[in-house]
Amino acid sequence: MKIAVCIKRVPDMEQRFKIAGNGTSVDETGLKYAMSDFDEWAVEAALQLNEKHGGGEIVVISLGPDSVQETIRKALAMGADRGVQLKTDSIPFDGAAIAAALAAELKDGGYDLVLFGKLAVDSSSGVTGPMVAELLGLPCVTAVSSMDVNGGSARAERALEGAVEVVEFPLPAVVTVDQGLVAQARYPALKGIMAAKKKPLEVKPAQLGSIGVQVTKMELPPERAPGRIIGEGAAAVPELVRLLREEAKVL
Amino acid sequence: MANIFAFAETRGGELRKVALECVTAARKLADATGGGEVHAMLVGAPGVESQAASLAAHGADVVLVVADAALAQYSPEVAAATAAERIKAGGYRAGVFSASAQGLDLAPRVAAKLGQPLASDVVSVDADGDSIVARHPMNTNKLFSTLTIAATPALVSLRPGAILPVANTAAGRVENVAPALAPADARVKVVELREGAKGKLDLAEAPVVVAGGRGLKAAENFKLVEELADAFGNAAVGATRAVTDDGWRPHSEQIGQTGRTVSPDLYVAVGISGAIQHLAGMRSSRTIIAINKDKEAPIFKAADYGIVGDAFEIVPALTDAVREARRNG
Repeated sequence: MKIAVCIKRVPDMEQRFKIAGNGTSVDETGLKYAMSDFDEWAVEAALQLNEKHGGGEIVVISLGPDSVQETIRKALAMGADRGVQLKTDSIPFDGAAIAAALAAELKDGGYDLVLFGKLAVDSSSGVTGPMVAELLGLPCVTAVSSMDVNGGSARAERALEGAVEVVEFPLPAVVTVDQGLVAQARYPALKGIMAAKKKPLEVKPAQLGSIGVQVTKMELPPERAPGRIIGEGAAAVPELVRLLREEAKVL
Repeated sequence: MANIFAFAETRGGELRKVALECVTAARKLADATGGGEVHAMLVGAPGVESQAASLAAHGADVVLVVADAALAQYSPEVAAATAAERIKAGGYRAGVFSASAQGLDLAPRVAAKLGQPLASDVVSVDADGDSIVARHPMNTNKLFSTLTIAATPALVSLRPGAILPVANTAAGRVENVAPALAPADARVKVVELREGAKGKLDLAEAPVVVAGGRGLKAAENFKLVEELADAFGNAAVGATRAVTDDGWRPHSEQIGQTGRTVSPDLYVAVGISGAIQHLAGMRSSRTIIAINKDKEAPIFKAADYGIVGDAFEIVPALTDAVREARRNG
């Protein structure tokens, strides 16, 4: 199958974040970056699909400044065949603007499947995949945790609150990937890392759509009052229950 | 004076709590932007109109009923086409969806059909002069952004549980709306809905969450967590990524960066060290209790109340004490 995987470079979430001087973005000084978790699983899912179904081509696409090339190379090292950078100085918050640029790139690609992570862990919106599907007029299934492709159609499961939905759909389609679809993403082997350096990575200007949602203020969450250790072992339980009743009022 | 559109999610012909949250938010927005009407869309098999009264009781002036025998299950394409067509024709100032699994699937499709942006997974939405603004947690709840939506209609999806449904009686007159796409023409079809155990609260809806980590040592020891959840009577069980990766618990119970985000009134962390990836999913809980044998565990920094010690001794004692406390009212 010919599969496109749209990936995003995001800050590593283990870090402490600071707000930049403009008050509307993250201070990027010294931050480490990685591929968004769900996107890594999408790349892994594409590799597994083609391993199972006898090959094809996997194209990874990432929108952003030149630093996203590092993220694209990671996916190439995992085994994807070629990369496309949709170049823009900064990544807008508005997923609709990004979806327009991705759809323009994907439109004539002849893909059987377009994969996304279910959301980017930084902007936490999860809108780009289904928006691209609408712009391309393709069927779309979001937050897939299990999938079987069988010729020109597929069957997938998606987790709802307290239930699982089973859906069937024809290909070509857009699918966004949730936890569970793959056990974990493979680590690139040295051979893969070397090979990735020679794989094609095309750079094109991003044809962003107009921007309608903007971050006009960014804040850190209010600090929690420091907690306290109220005791050791089962002997502390009566005091805990008293605090839950009288102070926290949750019992 | 513009009207506000709200999408009312159902499952099995019954309203979800998030539907009332969306109507409540839409009512507030309508009142803040000049007192227009709230129009709530209800999609389902014939009979779904029985749910209209509850929407009216939370502030819907008009309930748009899209009833078709083929719509017993969610049909993303029919719902999106019908909502988009109505929003386009209705001249709404804003549209409110839920950021539930269904709403996160539906809202972006509607936005793209309308050529509009979407503020996704917001915890509040308000009028600010002529603009609609919303608050949106980002970077695994480590940052909060204020989003300004420069579009009409301003489309948002509202995080489940972020606001409380408020009773606010409105007319709730029913208007029947035809599906904008014949259900038979939809390409994506829900062929089965596997419901979880009846009467079990979902993590997003439970006022209390009791979660377990590796400190429980084995899958079977999760019965301690389940018994404590039972004792509360209104609790759901959660787990860390380490535990779901090991197959002790299903992925659907994972709380954290790559799992569910919860903000219950009370969160009890049992044998959980408090990795950042876990804290991402529960740090906005109102009260947090940590039970861990390592007094240096990072979970104690996030917790309001901590007990250091053996979970196998403390949890059963807490279970008994909670049962006792609830019995005595």
